[in-house]
Parts: sequence; C-alpha cells; structure tokens
Amino acid sequence: MLDEQQLLTWVPRLRRYARALAYNRDDADDLVQDTLERAWAKAGLWQGVANMRNWLLMIMHNLHVDRHRRPGVQTVDMDDETPEVPVAPTQGDRLAVRDLESALNMLPIEQKEVLLLVALEDMAYAEIAHALSIPIGTVMSRLSRGRERLRALMEGSEITQRLKVVK
Amino acid sequence: MNPFQPTHSIAEAELHAYVDARLPLVRRQEIEDWLVTRPDEVARLESYRLQKRGLREMFDPILQEQVPHRLLSTARRRVPWYAQRLAAGLAVALISGGIGWSLHGGLPMESLAAISSSTSLAPISLASAAGFAQRAAIAHAVYSPDQRRPVEVDAAHEDQLVSWLSKRMGAPMKPPHLQTEGYSLEGGRLLPGGQGPVAQFMYQDAEGRKLTLYVSNEVADVESGEKNSAAAFKFTQQGSLKVFYWVDGPFGYAISADTDRDSLTRVAAEVHRQLTSVASTK
Repeated sequence: MLDEQQLLTWVPRLRRYARALAYNRDDADDLVQDTLERAWAKAGLWQGVANMRNWLLMIMHNLHVDRHRRPGVQTVDMDDETPEVPVAPTQGDRLAVRDLESALNMLPIEQKEVLLLVALEDMAYAEIAHALSIPIGTVMSRLSRGRERLRALMEGSEITQRLKVVK
Repeated sequence: MNPFQPTHSIAEAELHAYVDARLPLVRRQEIEDWLVTRPDEVARLESYRLQKRGLREMFDPILQEQVPHRLLSTARRRVPWYAQRLAAGLAVALISGGIGWSLHGGLPMESLAAISSSTSLAPISLASAAGFAQRAAIAHAVYSPDQRRPVEVDAAHEDQLVSWLSKRMGAPMKPPHLQTEGYSLEGGRLLPGGQGPVAQFMYQDAEGRKLTLYVSNEVADVESGEKNSAAAFKFTQQGSLKVFYWVDGPFGYAISADTDRDSLTRVAAEVHRQLTSVASTK
C-alpha cells in the first residue's frame, strides 16, 4: 500500500520533471502542487497503482497537456508574492548546458516530454507509452525526431565541442 | 541520412535502445559490430548520449533544492479543506449521538444544532460571527446579480480555481459538489475579508438562481482567546436573502441564497454529507 511518506519521496523528482517541462519555477511548482492534489483526490486508487512514479508522471502529463490547450487562465500572474527565479544553474562552465536548454525549449512539447522521460527518469519505452497514453511506436518516433532535431539545433556551432567538455 | 529509415536489418528504434542501454547483450554486440564501419552513425549516437548527459546536468540540481513548504503540505494532505477539522468530530457525533442522516428529506435545524453542540466545532461569539455572515451576505448581494462576470475563475477551470484559491488561502480549497441539491458550480473568486483573503464559490440552479459559499480562515484570529458556548450553526436573514453559517476551527463558512430556509438547510446537510463520506473512506 502506498502512503503519504512515499508520495513525499517523489516530490523532488516531480519538481525536476516539472521544471524541465515548464519555463519557470512558479509554473513548475504549481504543476507539482496540482499533481499532488490530484493524486490525493484519487487516493482511493492507490492500492491498484503498481508504480507510483509512473502514475504521478501520468497525472502531471495530463495536467500539463490540459494547461497547454487552455492557456486562458494564468493563475500565477495573479500572485504577486512569488518572484521570478532563474530556472537553470548559471555558474561556471555551464554555457553548453544553457545552449542545450534553449534548444530543448524549441522542441515540440510531445518530443520534449519523451526526451525528458528517457533522459531524466530513465523510463522504459513501454512505461512512457503508458504514461503518455500513446502507442510505443509513437514514443520511438518522437524520441527519434526529438533527438535528431536537438542535434540539428546544436550542430555546426561550437556548442557541440563544449558539450564534449562537459563529459 | 534519414534517421527514420531502417538501416539494413537494424531499425532506428534499436539504435535508440542501444543509446539507452536497453538491448540484450547479443543484439548490442551486433550493433557495435555494425557501427565499426559507420563513423557518421557513431557520431550521431554519441551526440544523443551527450544530450542525455546534458539534460541530467541541467536538471539534476533541482533534486537537491529545498522543496517549498506548500508542496510538502500538499503532499501530506489527506482530507479536503471542508473536512479537515469537522470530519473527526462529526463522525464521533453521529455514532455517540445516534443521529442518523436523512439524505432525502435533509435535516431539520434542530438536528444540525444538536450535532454541532456535540462535536468539537470551535465555539464562536455571536458578535464576530454575525459580522462574518454580514460580509458573506454583502458579497453574495454584490456578485450574484453580475451577469457578465459573476466569478473570476469559472467551473470549467476548476483545477485552476482550486489551485489558486488554495494557494492564496494557505489551505486546500475544494468546492463541494451540490448537484444533488440542484446547484451546479459556476466558479469562484477571491475577496478581501476583514483581515485577509476570503474565498467565494458561486453555484446556480437550473433557473439561474444563485447560491454562494463563502469561506474565511480568519475567524480563529477574531476569536483568539475567546471562549463561547454558543451553538456553532447559525442562521440569519437579510431581506429575502438567507445566510446559514458556522465556524469550524480556523474556518468560517457561510452559505447564502435567496431561497427558503429548508433548501438552505439541505445544502448545508449535503456539504456535511460529503465531508462525512470523505471521513468514512479513510
């Protein structure tokens, strides 16, 4: 049986994925908060949830898609208490990483999601298919297109060289 | 080259599975053999690996950040706002008091009063609670006739409404659903109360008649240090507008509608029915 402590342990992971999806910290944390609330609202289902992380990521994906389709209500803008915070670490030799970020944000959201779930969560392709409610063939084509597009966006510049330095 | 064309017997998907280390050892070896004569493919796959590593470098530091308090408290939350304090006390009252709910006929006021007096509901002073009810009545009178903009966030965006009001009120705010009483949620708004924000949820029935639920969490401050044994459930009337209100711990609730007293009582009973059903599933 899943419980509150287990839910708490996933919060940092949810925040990482949400931050990669959303553009700023407030939007990302709002997305996490909505995900947690939805998870509690569906707490009756927890017993049947085989993998808490995948289930939470599925909820987050659905909420995110929902917001993407209906950008009409910007609740964050109404809150003046929370200042904007830089998204990515900016110290030192992270120039290449920042360039990767801007390239990432140029990807269609569908490709970005698959790339992030593979890279950050190391999810199996079948798990991603389930979480995003798409066929596994679609997962593979989005992964392929996303990776190739990301490569094209960064190719030819010195960024590729810098990325190798990161290694 | 076109990455979507299967290259010989090796599918594009397999190359990604190779990058992600998801192939069986044998197949992995076959691909490595195949790659020996294809430096372009090696370079492409290497750039994919670097993408993965770059993404981890970019976002992993977030794992080390301190999690904001509001997320921690949401993760710990078990019970919706309207049940937080009431549920336990009410469940006890239902058993020890032997009072049964009648879902069909609703509850007479006497029953509600009896329940309230036997629960752990915080006592309130008549004076300040009346002020609270007065503000609720004014808010109802101001916003319910508004044709163009009766709410700030409509019910179609209930998720956002809940998220926003919860954030501003500092406590989870989920509107009860009152369809069984003929009222559908129209939306909600944030209002200035006596000392801080107040949430107003608006409902309407099939004829467009409005009902508002007004929630304040500042009652406890008003009442601090004050002990009063007055019954927690109150009813007041301002012209044809009737207000049914009560205080539960830090929260004050007021239901306002231009309807008969019995209907309003049934709505209050329905709110309580919802929170007891929440309590019983725990």
